Amino acid sequence: MLRRRSDLPLKGDATSRFLPWLVALMVYLSAVAVAGTFVLAGLVSRWDHDVAGTLTVQVAPVPGEAGEMLTEDRVRQAVELLRRTPGVKAARALDKQQLIALLEPWLGNADVVRDLPLPRLVDVSVDPDSRLDVAELAERLSDTVPGASLDDHRVWLSRLINLSLTTQWVAIGIVVVIGGVTSATVVYATRTGMAVHKGVIEVLHLIGAHDDYIARQFADRAFSLGFSGGLLGLALAVPTLGAIGMAARRIEGGFLPSLSLPVTGWVVIGLLPLIAAVLAMYTARLTVHGTLARMP
Amino acid sequence: MRRRPRGEHIIRLDGVGLRYGLGPEVLQDISFALPAGSFHFLTGPSGAGKSSLLRLMYLGLRPTRGRVMLFDRDIAQTKRYELPALRRRIGVVFQDFRLLDHLSALDNVALPLRVRGVKESEVQKHVPELLGWVGLADHLNAKPSTLSGGQKQRVAIARAVIGRPDLLLADEPTGNVDDHIAMRLLHLFEELNKLGTTIVIATHNEGLVQRFAHHKRLHLEHGTVSKVEE
Repeated sequence: MLRRRSDLPLKGDATSRFLPWLVALMVYLSAVAVAGTFVLAGLVSRWDHDVAGTLTVQVAPVPGEAGEMLTEDRVRQAVELLRRTPGVKAARALDKQQLIALLEPWLGNADVVRDLPLPRLVDVSVDPDSRLDVAELAERLSDTVPGASLDDHRVWLSRLINLSLTTQWVAIGIVVVIGGVTSATVVYATRTGMAVHKGVIEVLHLIGAHDDYIARQFADRAFSLGFSGGLLGLALAVPTLGAIGMAARRIEGGFLPSLSLPVTGWVVIGLLPLIAAVLAMYTARLTVHGTLARMP
Repeated sequence: MRRRPRGEHIIRLDGVGLRYGLGPEVLQDISFALPAGSFHFLTGPSGAGKSSLLRLMYLGLRPTRGRVMLFDRDIAQTKRYELPALRRRIGVVFQDFRLLDHLSALDNVALPLRVRGVKESEVQKHVPELLGWVGLADHLNAKPSTLSGGQKQRVAIARAVIGRPDLLLADEPTGNVDDHIAMRLLHLFEELNKLGTTIVIATHNEGLVQRFAHHKRLHLEHGTVSKVEE
């Protein structure tokens, strides 16, 4: 396709010189947006997978000298109640060491954390097939065990997932807008090229060239420019994504799951130059057909 | 190539009028028919409408009124995608040559064959042969900008005849060449005519018309046909 002979002197066109740079920028931005979409999709799926079927019971610490013993007693009561509840697969109280380990990435120095009046946590696994009434369990727990409260992860998780999904749609919208801007630019460049080569086009038209014969030459040129620009954009995007990945790994801590781009994401990003080139090619082709249709 | 029997009309205009935009009619009530295999000189003073009439005939314009029948097809009724097939049966020598400056003489002449999808081996065989015949064997790879007016004209004529058209329309094809080359080109047109091509040559070179007086004349005055020999 790139080597097909052309009767139109499109190579020297000033108007088409800016097209590869623009496509490079578009592919660069698209690559970042696509990567963002895939990373968010992975994040949501990991969160969902990690916390689905789990509940957390929090038992407030009892102040005073005998507080620690009382707190321990309340934790034991809560665990027993939970284990008796149908639908609960397991209930396991986290000891203080485990709590400190959980908080360390956020609060730092373990010695400081150790002295804080920390609530005790009970990690609860729920059978996903059971119809556990979480609200009823929460009420029963707070009635039976003073200071105990039930945290259903699904509430905050669904908010987080909604936020992530919205962000993903925004990213997809950005990619669509980028595609639209690229198409509009190709339309402009093609129309300008047609105006510049009006005389040549007229001669080809009058000696019996079909519209598609002329359109194909513009389309081939648009493909070639779009593809070279796309490769440049990809070459710039890969190091950027690598740098973002490295920065993300540094702040992951205990909160964020691994921020890695899946293979499918890399494949889609790798295909962006081709997608941009094909988009440019078809846009140019349609533009030429539309313009030639007005000739006698 | 399809050749129609001599005598049948290859082009017919009935009550044709043409105006550019909102201007006055440059052609009025043009009616004539050219039989297949005929040879006509289209004559008339400058501004009489010769070039506009040729443009109508090579489908570079649509008439503002009247009917144009070309190869038995009513042009107004012909679908747009069918027009290239009709245009390929017409060879045109434009007054200003309209050669493509970025292409060599060979590539310019090869254009009609290439748009038809003729094999490159055929193109490379026939085009140099024809360019040799019009005296440009040494200029196959020359760009039009390096050629003289007469040489450009011969390239334009070679491009018009390379596809052995059914109808050849030439606008002042001998305007930039000396008498010797003019005679040679006219003989080329006569050879084509003998092979069945219908020829229409627009010229205001009365001497040339007189020298080939055995051919017919279509005369335009003030945008209308004042004389047509059939």
